[in-house]
Amino acid sequence: MSAILELRDVSRNFGGLRALDGISMSFGIGEVIGIIGPNGAGKTTLVNVITAVTPASSGDILFNGNPIQGLTPDRIAQIGIARTSQIVQPFPRLTVLDNVAAGALFAAGVNTIADARSSAMEQLEFTGLARVAHKLAATLSLADRKRLELAKSLAMKPKLLMLDEVNAGLNASEIDAALDLIRAIAASGVTILLIEHLMKVVLNACSRIAVLHQGRLIADGIPEAIVGDAKVIEAYLGRKFAARQRKVMETS
Amino acid sequence: MNALFCSKPAHIVVAVLFLLAFLFFPWVANNYLLRIGTTMLMYSALALSWNFIGGFAGYPSFATAAFFGLGAYVGGILQNKGIPAPLAWLLAGLLVTIFAVVIGRIILHLKGHYFAIASLVIGDVLREIINGMTSLTGGGMGLNLAAQKMGVTEQAQFFYFSMLTVAGLALVTTVLLDRSRLGFGLRCIEQNEDAAVRIGINTDRFKTAAFMLSSTFVGMAGAVYVSWTGYIDPGEAFEVLISVKPIVMTLLGGAGTILGPVYGAFLFLLLEETVWRNFLNIHSGILGLLVVLLILFLPRGILNTNLWSVVEAHARVLRTYFRLLPRFQGINLWAWVVRIIRNIRHQS
Repeated sequence: MSAILELRDVSRNFGGLRALDGISMSFGIGEVIGIIGPNGAGKTTLVNVITAVTPASSGDILFNGNPIQGLTPDRIAQIGIARTSQIVQPFPRLTVLDNVAAGALFAAGVNTIADARSSAMEQLEFTGLARVAHKLAATLSLADRKRLELAKSLAMKPKLLMLDEVNAGLNASEIDAALDLIRAIAASGVTILLIEHLMKVVLNACSRIAVLHQGRLIADGIPEAIVGDAKVIEAYLGRKFAARQRKVMETS
Repeated sequence: MNALFCSKPAHIVVAVLFLLAFLFFPWVANNYLLRIGTTMLMYSALALSWNFIGGFAGYPSFATAAFFGLGAYVGGILQNKGIPAPLAWLLAGLLVTIFAVVIGRIILHLKGHYFAIASLVIGDVLREIINGMTSLTGGGMGLNLAAQKMGVTEQAQFFYFSMLTVAGLALVTTVLLDRSRLGFGLRCIEQNEDAAVRIGINTDRFKTAAFMLSSTFVGMAGAVYVSWTGYIDPGEAFEVLISVKPIVMTLLGGAGTILGPVYGAFLFLLLEETVWRNFLNIHSGILGLLVVLLILFLPRGILNTNLWSVVEAHARVLRTYFRLLPRFQGINLWAWVVRIIRNIRHQS
C-alpha cells in the first residue's frame, strides 16, 4: 500500500511544552486510522500541524510523496487535505447548500458557483442533508451541523480527511449513522484519520489505531493489539492498574 | 442573504424606478436640487464602496476619507498640470487603487477594532503629508483649480452626470461581485474567517481585493468632487465624517446587500437636509437621534429586515398605547412630544 501521508520525526513546541515529540508514521490510501489518547496528548495538535494551522517546529511532512511544509492552510486545503473541527464551523448566514458549495468552489477547483452548487447537492444527498439544503446553517441541530461539516469537507474532494471528534455530543443512534457514513467515505478511497475519545467508535470503524501520550506515539497497530498493549493501558488508566492487569494476564 | 432585493418582483420594480428617477432627475430639478442630487450620488458611490470591504468582507474600514482625500488631491494636481478632467479622474482612481493594495497588504491581517483603528489612521497620516508638501499641494492654504468654462446650469448637470457615472460603476461592480467567486468567498470570510481558510480560500488575497475595490470609486469620487467645487484643503479632504457617513448609510440600507448602500445614502441625506432646514441650531443633535432610532428599530438595515414584521411588532405596542390614551389624558405623552418639537422649531 502506497502512502498518501508520511510524517518523519515531526515535532511541535509551544514555548517550553513539547506538544508533539518526534512523531513518525505513514498513512496508506483508503485506510481508516484512529488516533486516540488522553486529553492533552497532542491529537488535535497533530491535525493542526498537518493542516499548517500551527506549522511543525521540525520534521518533514510528505503528502503524495511531496513535502508540504511551508504551504499555507488554504493551499493545504486545495491539494486535498480536509478536516472537520471539534467545534463546528459553519457559515451561519449561508444556506446549507452554499456552505457545501463553498468547499467545492474554493478547494475542489470547480470554477462556477452553479457547478459548485450541483456538486454540493450530491454531497448533501450522500450525507442525508438534502432535506435542509435551503435552510440557513445557523438553524440546524448539532447532529446536522456535524453532518454539514462532513459534507463541506467531502465537497472539497479530499484525498485525506481528518475528522476531529466528529461524534462528540451525538447520541448512540446518531453515532451509528455517522459510522455508516465514515465507512462509506472510506470505501470511496479516501484516507480517513479519525480522532476520537469514544473507544467504541474507534474499535468499530478503524483498521488501525495510533495512540498518542504526552506528544509521543506510544503504540500503532491493529485494534486488537492496541487494546491489550500495556503502555496504552498505563497511559489511560495509570501505572498501578496496568501492573495489576499484567499480573492478571500472566496468571490466566 | 444572497441578493435579497432580487428575490421579490416588487423589490425589483422599486429598485428600477428608484434608479430611473436618478437618470431623469436633471430634467425636472433646479440647481439647488441638482446639487443635493450630486451629493447623494457621491455618497452612494462612497457607501457602495464601503460595502465591498465592510459589508461583503465584514472588515470595518475607516479608510474612506483617506481614499477620498488622496483622490481629490491627485485629481486636482493633475488637472492643474493641464490633464483633462475625465482623464485626471481615472488616473486618480488608479493611483488610489494601487495605494489601497499596498496599505491593504499591511493592515488586513488585523481584525475588528484593531483593523478599524489602523484604517482610521491612514487618513491622518496622509493629511499631515499633504499639509507638509506645500509646493505641490498648497499645504494648509488648500488647492485651487481653474474655473470650468461652463454656464452654471451646464456645470451642475455635468457634475451630476459625472457622479452618476462613478456611482453607476460602483453599483455595476457590486452586482458583478455578488455573483462572482470573489463575492462568495468574501461572504464566507465575513461569516467565519477560520472556516474560510480551511476550505481553501486565500483570505489575504480576497481581503486585499475587497479593500482595493473599496478604494477605486472613492478615489474617483474625490477627484470629481474637487473639479466640482474647484477647491480642496487637507482638513476638508480627510474629514473623518467622510469615513463615518458611508458606514452609517450602508448599515441603514443593509450591509452586504446590493442596493442597500444607495437606499441608505438617499435616506440619510434626505434626513440630513430636512433636519438641517428645519432645526438650524440643533440639526446635528436631531439627526443623531434619528439615526439612533433607525438603527434601534432596523439594526440590520432596510434590505436585511422584513419591514412588515417590524411594523407589526411595534404596532401592537402603539395600539395598546392609543387604546389606553383616554385614561391618561393628564399625561398625554404624544401631545407632549409634539409641543417640544414645536418649541424647538420656533426657537431655531
